[in-house]
Amino acid sequence: MLTLFEAIGNKVIGMLAGMGRMLTLLATALFWTFIPPFRLQRLLRQIHFIGWRSLLVVVLTGAFSGMVLGLQGYYTLNRFGATAMLGPAVALSLIREIGPVLCALVVTGRAGSAIAAEIGIMRITDQIDALTVMALKPIKFLITPNILAGVITLPLLTAIVDVIGIYGGYLVGVQLLGVSQGVYFGEMQNIVAMHDIKIGLYKSLSFGLIISWICCYKGFYTSFGAEGVSKATTEAVVMSSIWILICDYFWSSVL
Amino acid sequence: MIQIIDVYRSFGRQQVLKGINLQVQEGGIMAIIGRSGSGKTVLLKLLIGLLRPDSGRIMIEDTDITQLSGHRLDEIRERVGMLFQGGALFDSMTVFENVAFPLREKTKLSEQEIADKVEKMLASVELSDMGYKYPAELSGGMKKRAALARTLITGPSIVLFDEPTTGLDPILVHATHQLILDTHREFGYTAILVSHEIPEVFDIATRVAMIYEGRIIEEGTPEKILKSSDPLIRQFIEGNLEGPIRPL
Repeated sequence: MLTLFEAIGNKVIGMLAGMGRMLTLLATALFWTFIPPFRLQRLLRQIHFIGWRSLLVVVLTGAFSGMVLGLQGYYTLNRFGATAMLGPAVALSLIREIGPVLCALVVTGRAGSAIAAEIGIMRITDQIDALTVMALKPIKFLITPNILAGVITLPLLTAIVDVIGIYGGYLVGVQLLGVSQGVYFGEMQNIVAMHDIKIGLYKSLSFGLIISWICCYKGFYTSFGAEGVSKATTEAVVMSSIWILICDYFWSSVL
Repeated sequence: MIQIIDVYRSFGRQQVLKGINLQVQEGGIMAIIGRSGSGKTVLLKLLIGLLRPDSGRIMIEDTDITQLSGHRLDEIRERVGMLFQGGALFDSMTVFENVAFPLREKTKLSEQEIADKVEKMLASVELSDMGYKYPAELSGGMKKRAALARTLITGPSIVLFDEPTTGLDPILVHATHQLILDTHREFGYTAILVSHEIPEVFDIATRVAMIYEGRIIEEGTPEKILKSSDPLIRQFIEGNLEGPIRPL
């Protein structure tokens, strides 16, 4: 019985210690954001890595999700004779929900996993210790640029998903299924409000933070060996994806 | 001078260092020998502040580094270099960029001055034409030399070597030892060298210390260690299966 309690206690202590390490890592990374020297070149490199190199997959995600929304939305709205609402339905679905969430999940799979693996390999091959030995701050050097790049890049990528998705919906709804172009965009303009765009923005900002924070954390505190890096990468993707969905619900219910 | 005074260090319930006492004279090469897992690498990590001891003091000149943190510990680290077992070169940078990295980060030298210093250092380690290559494109020996160049580029007064010849063939072992000796003469640093290369390491060390079960059991000149009648030392340096040290 005591062993069971010990095991549960150890698990709880381990979880609390992990949460403490995560929060400390974030606080330290944010602290170093404001302390010179500012590593603009590393920030730009990470924006390029997370943003530019995710662009193709993000454009494809936006295009096909918009086209599916256009198709499904048309068949549903057609039953009620409300195909004029196709534009707003596609735009609202994309801007408020699908754009930020799909974009974040795609970026987690493409860039988040790579960040966790790269930092993890640096850890197991002593490269992070080498930074410390050179009197540099590994968190400032590795984590801060990634977190800032995540927060800057995700809203931009989400905006691209939204715009491409709206044109994907246009392609199917207007060009293939015959909804009027004026109605598609006109109703969209009437119904989509700045508030909806703000929700999408808040979501994408928080998703950018979640992805970069969790993936950096998992890589930075990876255990030893190739198995450790593999485990850290998998955990980074799974944990980021789950927290994106949890956070999505939170923002949707609060805002 | 470096002084390690009564240093203890545990990992969980496993006590790795059990009261280490050691003095390293300025400008010397101290070789630390001992079995795998005896705490040699832990000792090096304590010396550069990557780990902290549970108790004891580590004096570098007159400063107890166990009491330092943040900026003050970084000031000590700027005078100490460490050559890691696997080299710890940055994968994403070329050899040139790796060697230039500490200068770009820690000095205000111009790019031309950095380039001149890096080229000179690469020549010292016989890697003059390899600057454009990435670490993945280098052989084991070249990686060690590139890592040594990066370690020495800032002119540290103390250099810690963590098994610098592990995984190298006998000729490369000899060449690496010669390189350490040559750079030691050229730059005049104090070296602490963890090694399993026996008896080769005795040729370059000025002092040798043997660590066993978390303690220094003998320290002295290479000649003294080689002539020691201590059965532990004899068994270790001769590599015998029979003796007080259990092989497995």
